[in-house]
Amino acid sequence: MKARYLTATAVGAVLSAAGLTASTASAQSNELTLCWAAWDPANALVELSKDFEAQSGIKMKFEFVPWPNFADRMLNELNSGGQLCDLLIGDSQWIGGGAENGHYIKLNDFFAAESISMDDFAPATVYAYSTWPKGEPNYYALPAMGDANGWFYRKDWFEREDIRAAFMEATGRELGEPQTQKELLEIAQFFQGREIDGQTVYGASIFTERGSEGITMGATGAMYAWGFKYENTPGAYDMEGAVNSPEAVEALEFYKELYKTGTPPGYDNAYMEQSLDAFKSGQVAMAMNWFAFFPGLAADPNVGGDKIDFFVNPAQNQPASTLGGQGISVVSYSDNVEGALDYIKWFAQPDVQKKWWSMGGYSCHVAVLNDPDFVNSAPFAADFLAAMDNVYDFWQEPAYASLLLAMQDRLHTYVVADQGTAQEALDGLIADWTEVFEDEGKL
Amino acid sequence: MTDTPIDRMARATPPHVARRVRGLSDRAIAWLFVAPTIFLLLAINIFPLIWTVRLSFTNFAANRPGREVEWVGLRNYQRILTDDGIWANMQTTAHFLIWTITLQVLIGFTLAWLINRKFRGNDLLTTLIVLPMMLSPAVVGNFWTFLYQPQIGLFNYVVELFTGVPASSFSMLGAGGLAKWSIIIVDTWMWTPFVMLICLAGLRSIPDYIYEAADVDRASKWRQFWTITVPMVLPFLMLAVLFRGIENFKMFDMVVLLTGGGPGNETLLASIDLKREAFEKWRTGYSSAYAIILFVTVFGLASIYVKALNKVKER
Repeated sequence: MKARYLTATAVGAVLSAAGLTASTASAQSNELTLCWAAWDPANALVELSKDFEAQSGIKMKFEFVPWPNFADRMLNELNSGGQLCDLLIGDSQWIGGGAENGHYIKLNDFFAAESISMDDFAPATVYAYSTWPKGEPNYYALPAMGDANGWFYRKDWFEREDIRAAFMEATGRELGEPQTQKELLEIAQFFQGREIDGQTVYGASIFTERGSEGITMGATGAMYAWGFKYENTPGAYDMEGAVNSPEAVEALEFYKELYKTGTPPGYDNAYMEQSLDAFKSGQVAMAMNWFAFFPGLAADPNVGGDKIDFFVNPAQNQPASTLGGQGISVVSYSDNVEGALDYIKWFAQPDVQKKWWSMGGYSCHVAVLNDPDFVNSAPFAADFLAAMDNVYDFWQEPAYASLLLAMQDRLHTYVVADQGTAQEALDGLIADWTEVFEDEGKL
Repeated sequence: MTDTPIDRMARATPPHVARRVRGLSDRAIAWLFVAPTIFLLLAINIFPLIWTVRLSFTNFAANRPGREVEWVGLRNYQRILTDDGIWANMQTTAHFLIWTITLQVLIGFTLAWLINRKFRGNDLLTTLIVLPMMLSPAVVGNFWTFLYQPQIGLFNYVVELFTGVPASSFSMLGAGGLAKWSIIIVDTWMWTPFVMLICLAGLRSIPDYIYEAADVDRASKWRQFWTITVPMVLPFLMLAVLFRGIENFKMFDMVVLLTGGGPGNETLLASIDLKREAFEKWRTGYSSAYAIILFVTVFGLASIYVKALNKVKER
């Protein structure tokens, strides 16, 4: 009797466990987890994805990580083969590692089967967010969020007669949106330490952050505008004379001068959040940040509306902006690849892309960008288009993290810690990068 | 015949268990009890250590599972030991270690000596002094980031009050030369109470009759301090130094929150650099060699120190 009872219990337990497993598997197939950074566009995507949930019956879950920890957290997840994310909106620089290390699923066959054409997306975004090796028609992501580093400023201050007169007296020209990097510096220096409405204000808030990617993303905005290049010949890793060209040296010296003479005290480790804080608290006349934040800034009750305007990163020797933005990839370790592909298919539709833009996401779809009404659809829309025409990105190599940390180190040491010269910083950077590429077997 | 707990346990052991255990020697039973601990020790400490040593001779990268792993011999060690950047980080770590320990010992011992006297509010004051060490390093890091803020920070304001140097004219965390000291100040603020508590325990362990005897011998207070107080507190103090030394050698969280290793590399401690090599650059083989070098350094220094500590205790 006792033995029979035990057997029955064991069989029951096994059956219940099997039932539980089946129901868990079923729940998993009806769920998708999308991973991204925690910022304004991510909230818009949550809203947008409700349409997908309604259409597909698949429940969307989201894992958003603050930017300073985003790369660390997500790359660790990918490197450990984790199944947290079915879909990942990963940074553009990760595409090389994602493709070569097998983290991302190659989407060519899927795109062909579903008639999703990369010609429907802005070429710069396809190149930057989707392809590996660069420019080859091997797609590992769908362009999801176009972005570049741009500028915004206190329009209300720029329009004040007393300030305009003082600027004219100081510089001999009208105060307006800077057309060159040097004009930007001049304006920043003009506002630096100035009293406005009884408060001391400063020129500009720029990226100087040490830990992740901040100072590189900020300084390259000036360096690209001067003509900085990573290689003399694309794909040859011949950096001597390109990375440390006279133009690159001059640009880096410029960025240091901007930091030393045109930024608020204590902004020595500042990135996106600090830039927004400085502007929203009325400390600075101008600030750099990613276009992704511009919808929120335009709607800000204190500094938005009529008080704010935007401009594209000023040219110097050439028009250029630092590329941000991301593509959406299917993680190869996902146990719901089909559902993830369904999401991408849904997201690629022109109507969904239009809604994405209207909700604060930066669509890369030509149906949105080429719409005649697009430039008037937001105060920063025209600047966004101008920026995306001339974007430059960091290395997208699998060893991008080593390359990035080396640049963070060299730039921060020169610009913020005030050690060495710009020439030494860039010469040292070539030595660092050469070592990385030698380790990679590419040199 | 005495009825010891062991006798009672032996009587309470069920006969079938007793039958199985009977026949095992004392040594075997001892091994039976120790085995789980040894297994855990091997699995959690020894095996990873051996594995790390093995990896340190390869070019293994944990984020490249498909890449062929090459045996590189001593190349990782040679690169680390000839890297000026790593030597600079070791110097930064040594600077941090020496100054934090020196300041904490001096201030901690002084506070303990003062607080050891009986006065009203002694207990309350002790509680207030030990508050910083009860906080999380993450909280302390964020908290001091605000205190050091040039425009709104209390620290800069106090400096301006006493020196006349404008508060917004200097940045403790961002200026070359100051950042090293800013992390020392925070660590000293947080951990001096710990040293104080250990010293206090040492001071309170000295019997009053020794001082009474010294008084009878008409020894001055100064002489009593150097010939009674200091030698008797020294073992406690050395223990505190050992704890703080080991803790600060692996200091990570607080400094990352305060400076991120910057400006430049000015506060880049060896532990922060190691983390970057291992989990940001994913140079697993290289960082294994780095970790082994740090381990040998700490282990070597700690062994020498513990021997010295034992000699002091034996005196």
